[in-house]
Amino acid sequence: MAALRSSSSSSTARILASARPAFRLSAAAPVRGFAQLADGAQQSQTATDKPAKMKTFQIYRWNPDTPTEKPRMQSYTIDLNKTGPMVLDALVRIKNEIDPTLTFRRSCREGICGSCAMNINGTNTLACLCRIPAEDQAETKIYPLPHTYVVKDLVPDLTLFYKQYKSIKPYLQRDTPSPDGKEYRQSKAERKKLDGLYECILCACCSTSCPSYWWNSEEYLGPAILLQSYRWLADSRDERKAERHDALNNSMSLYRCHTILNCTRTCPKGLNPGLAIANIKKELAF
Amino acid sequence: MRLSGLQREVLSLYRQCLRECRKKPQATQAHFRTFARREFEKNIQLDKRDFSAIEFFLRKGRRQMEMYASPGVKDVRQ
Repeated sequence: MAALRSSSSSSTARILASARPAFRLSAAAPVRGFAQLADGAQQSQTATDKPAKMKTFQIYRWNPDTPTEKPRMQSYTIDLNKTGPMVLDALVRIKNEIDPTLTFRRSCREGICGSCAMNINGTNTLACLCRIPAEDQAETKIYPLPHTYVVKDLVPDLTLFYKQYKSIKPYLQRDTPSPDGKEYRQSKAERKKLDGLYECILCACCSTSCPSYWWNSEEYLGPAILLQSYRWLADSRDERKAERHDALNNSMSLYRCHTILNCTRTCPKGLNPGLAIANIKKELAF
Repeated sequence: MRLSGLQREVLSLYRQCLRECRKKPQATQAHFRTFARREFEKNIQLDKRDFSAIEFFLRKGRRQMEMYASPGVKDVRQ
């Protein structure tokens, strides 16, 4: 359904573009906003007159309907002048215009949903937040998140990841009602502890970049889930701190973190799961 | 005959499917059994050295079994 949406939006853009000259003649700027829009469109048209800036993308392809075929890399070449600046724009364009069988997840195109997490040029990141490296002529390689089972093409199977997220009980657990029967209040300092934790969108970029998680994904929770664990441990309103500690206090769940810090390096939202894990370890140690 | 690890995994999945069949209502157990058998027979022509494909179908089969094993599923028709 989202595919429908994106293709329809691009087709309306094309209709607008073709209707532009007549539009400019008739509506000679009584409506200011429209005139500006037309000028902007004019500029973009002069941009397309520039020499074509071709860029090749190599994309991982695998189709579950023909499982006996090996996964392969497929090359697509597109003109960057006609494409938006982000890798997701390029993917959407490839899907709309070159190969509709290309499969990937995406939704918000602004880095808030975490659907389009994939491995671009060797780094896990969100396709919608990753600029197309326009300067170098080298091909951009796009793979699904590493060490995940692939559902199709760039779509990873995140069942285990979500199961682990469920296992840490990511919700407020509390028995005592608030004193005035309204909200559970927090001081500014208490709220501040949650900054850098609540922004996590669970895109799984960090977990799938962690070598420790690659080898022990069944038992080790991984950076993303531990960051969320700490988000609930740090919450002043939550009353099950002891139970949460007990659940983590074993050799596998938490202590498989060897501070490799790939998670912090790759996080597309600029968060620091490594620090959160260190804080949990500190809480458990003292 | 000595079986490879993958072959044993396939057989154990089939046995697990049969065990799940016994938890279904008496009248429809036979349906589930033939359904499970058909699902396995669909891929009987797979090359036994095609490990990645077999592993993919094992994962798919496990997911499918979990789905059909849920107590809400009372009958299955071909």
